[in-house]
Amino acid sequence: MEPGQHPVGLQIRGGTKVYPGTVALKAADFDLRMGAVNVLVGENGAGKSTMMKVIAGVERLTEGRILMEGEEVSFHGTEDAARHGIGIVFQELNLFPNMTVAENIFITRERTRLGIDIDKAAQREATRALMARLEHDIDPDTPVGELRVGQQQIVEIAKSLSQDAKILILDEPTSALSASEVEILFRVIADLKRNGVGIVYISHRLEELIRIGDYITVLRDGVVTGSRPMAGVDVGWIVRNMIGEASKDFAKTEEHAFGPELFRAEGVSLARPGGGLAVNDVSLSLRAGEILGIYGLMGAGRSEFLECVIGRHSHATGRFFVEGRPLTERSVAGRIERGIALIPEDRKQDGLVEILSIRENMTLSSLWDFTRVFHMNLRAEKGAVGDFVRRLAIKIASDEHPVGSLSGGNQQKVVIGKALMTRPKVLLMDEPSRGIDIGAKAEVFRTMRKLAAEGLGILFVTSDLDEVMSLSDRIIVMSDGRITGEFPREEATETRLVAASAVGHAPDAPHPETLQAEARP
Amino acid sequence: MTAVATNPPGSAGTQGALLLLLKARTFIALILVFAFFAFAAPNFLSTANMVIMSKHVALNAFLAIGMTFVIISGGIDLSVGSIVGLCGMVAGWLVLYGVNPGLGWSIQFNTLEICLIVILVGVAVGAVNGLLVTKLNVAPFIATLGTLYVARGLALLSSDGATFPNLGGNPEYGSASFRLIGAGSFLGIPISIWMLVAVGCLAAYIARRTPLGRFIYAVGGNERGAALSGVKVNRIKMFVYMFSGFCAALVGLIISSQLVAAHPATGETFELNAIAAAVLGGTSMSGGRGRIGGTIVGAFVIGVLSDGLVMMGVSAFWQTVIKGLVIIAAVVVDQAQQRLQARVALQAQAALGK
Repeated sequence: MEPGQHPVGLQIRGGTKVYPGTVALKAADFDLRMGAVNVLVGENGAGKSTMMKVIAGVERLTEGRILMEGEEVSFHGTEDAARHGIGIVFQELNLFPNMTVAENIFITRERTRLGIDIDKAAQREATRALMARLEHDIDPDTPVGELRVGQQQIVEIAKSLSQDAKILILDEPTSALSASEVEILFRVIADLKRNGVGIVYISHRLEELIRIGDYITVLRDGVVTGSRPMAGVDVGWIVRNMIGEASKDFAKTEEHAFGPELFRAEGVSLARPGGGLAVNDVSLSLRAGEILGIYGLMGAGRSEFLECVIGRHSHATGRFFVEGRPLTERSVAGRIERGIALIPEDRKQDGLVEILSIRENMTLSSLWDFTRVFHMNLRAEKGAVGDFVRRLAIKIASDEHPVGSLSGGNQQKVVIGKALMTRPKVLLMDEPSRGIDIGAKAEVFRTMRKLAAEGLGILFVTSDLDEVMSLSDRIIVMSDGRITGEFPREEATETRLVAASAVGHAPDAPHPETLQAEARP
Repeated sequence: MTAVATNPPGSAGTQGALLLLLKARTFIALILVFAFFAFAAPNFLSTANMVIMSKHVALNAFLAIGMTFVIISGGIDLSVGSIVGLCGMVAGWLVLYGVNPGLGWSIQFNTLEICLIVILVGVAVGAVNGLLVTKLNVAPFIATLGTLYVARGLALLSSDGATFPNLGGNPEYGSASFRLIGAGSFLGIPISIWMLVAVGCLAAYIARRTPLGRFIYAVGGNERGAALSGVKVNRIKMFVYMFSGFCAALVGLIISSQLVAAHPATGETFELNAIAAAVLGGTSMSGGRGRIGGTIVGAFVIGVLSDGLVMMGVSAFWQTVIKGLVIIAAVVVDQAQQRLQARVALQAQAALGK
């Protein structure tokens, strides 16, 4: 069929979704065409996942309409959406690790005899057929927890296939797949297309999108910035629409000279549970006053590397040096004492104790500073918290409120405050802008600049191209646990970063050898 | 802080008052229970009754204080009742026989030495709990359930199930003062109450004014987050179980001294009363929240309730039912308080325009 000839199966008109503190989707229009791959692309937090959650019935629009075949629909939950023929494979896997593959695939839709007795043989048979279609040799009776992440993703895809969905949403389906597995997935997608299934495909791998997509929609900060058939689209066009002509305002304001080497990592490796290496022989060095950005896709091993530095993984190998002296402390507390501080990616799980007050959270890492032998000076603690609240412009009604009552941006500032109170020399920041609105983002970035100017070394991880380009003094790209590129700021371009981040992943990676040569001067 | 919340008008004001009322609920409950029995039960307010009642309450309060730390850290200690029994037997053995190395002579101890050894035993059982939970990754419920049985079994084995009678001590060995732990008093107040005051103050101080206390709350609130902030999670857990064992050992000493006898079944189901007191005092079973003061008040509510009902002549069966209802009611009210508290905090935050 010619582009534009595919029938529209689902439309969003004027879709707006407001979360407390942020607007995730602003009056977005979206056409989902049947028998075609509708690609959705945008940076983290651009609103892709929100839009898909709306279509899949996980979230409901604050404003706007969803139309299917000309009629307005509204979904109350995923089952309701599934009844309308919509299936979704989430980025985070939603599987039960203790149940078998077959049980997972037929969860809530068990094949039964007389509605009571589960027909295990029939489920097993159906699962085998699905696996044959996906060209994977996975035994239906294996517990899902024993599978590799990539295989788990296949199970998740099989689950959607088994529902005979008319519309199938794939949110970053390839993030954990190997190149050959990606090829199989693409064959399945082509097959589904021939059967008239409308596919929504979300990914950060731009080459992959161009190869497989029929239509492309680009989102930026909740607004649709480009929507057209794929013919004639190139990486440059996508990047322009993703980031916009006018770069956001985090540009460097004043130059400062770097100091001597502050931190060095040598040959850091970390085994991944279930085989392989999450971090594969990473070495890097950081100077005082320098902001070193680590760019890469999800699962590239960036967060794991930072966790190795802070001492979370006791089985990690490799050596670290702070100001030339080896970092021999193994405990997190010991490393914090040596001047390393981590701002974790997942605030809720790793960064904060939500039940405790703002004050108690901020001083958690530096309590001994307010303590004589064993007696805490609560007044000094309160004073120091007040100082940092002012310095970081945290908006709070009282420092005694639970930290969970704050907006994402303010929570992030509390985590930053906690790290700074330990008077670190090296600051590790994992996705510092995740889940916070644009205003808070700008403030966080200003703070980073200021800290660097004061002589801290900052190592920050991001999957946001714009951020890494405008904030970093130097950029390291990681892919598949290895460093696949290193660029001084002047030499870095979006295209080169994207290419380096796909090394070892993309189905037809553009000449990894030349890239390596380019990347490592 | 420039933008201190100006008092929100109307509903928010009443919400604040309601919140205060809910926060003080255990204390209010104590006053109500007390007032009720003062009217309904004869001799309830007599000094003799007060002393007896406070002795009863103290036993549960000791255990509840130790339990509170364990629960705040996200665990549970089911073994305290058995530790009470075991420690009572150890105390009884030491008073009666001393230690016999099997060389034809025995080592006898004075009261202080007996107390120290018994406390050491309690702390050691707590340390076993801690090691199981931290090093061997056993779920606290299961680990302490195991030590519950082991400690109780050891207590029974020590005397073949018999009671150690006549723990009067021996003036020759300096253990005659053993009786004073349970029976003695200072300024008209029983020694065991003085001990409770000391332990209670110590625990409250640890909770509020030492990094150790803060870390206990942090570990219970978010173990991963606490570990990444540099908290030595395993040490904190070791401490709470050992402290709980310490509290249980004190109770074992006091009971065997009060009764002048040690029975191996002493302390059965004490752990449940201790958990009840902690929960009644506002400790959250999911960890991260609770106060020592609240727990002590909770222990008093339970103690006053059961003694008062006895004095009124209410049947023991009804007493059990009433105790259960009070605990359930306490948790229901606690949930309401949490919801209201979260709403008030969110409103204050929203009032900042953010």
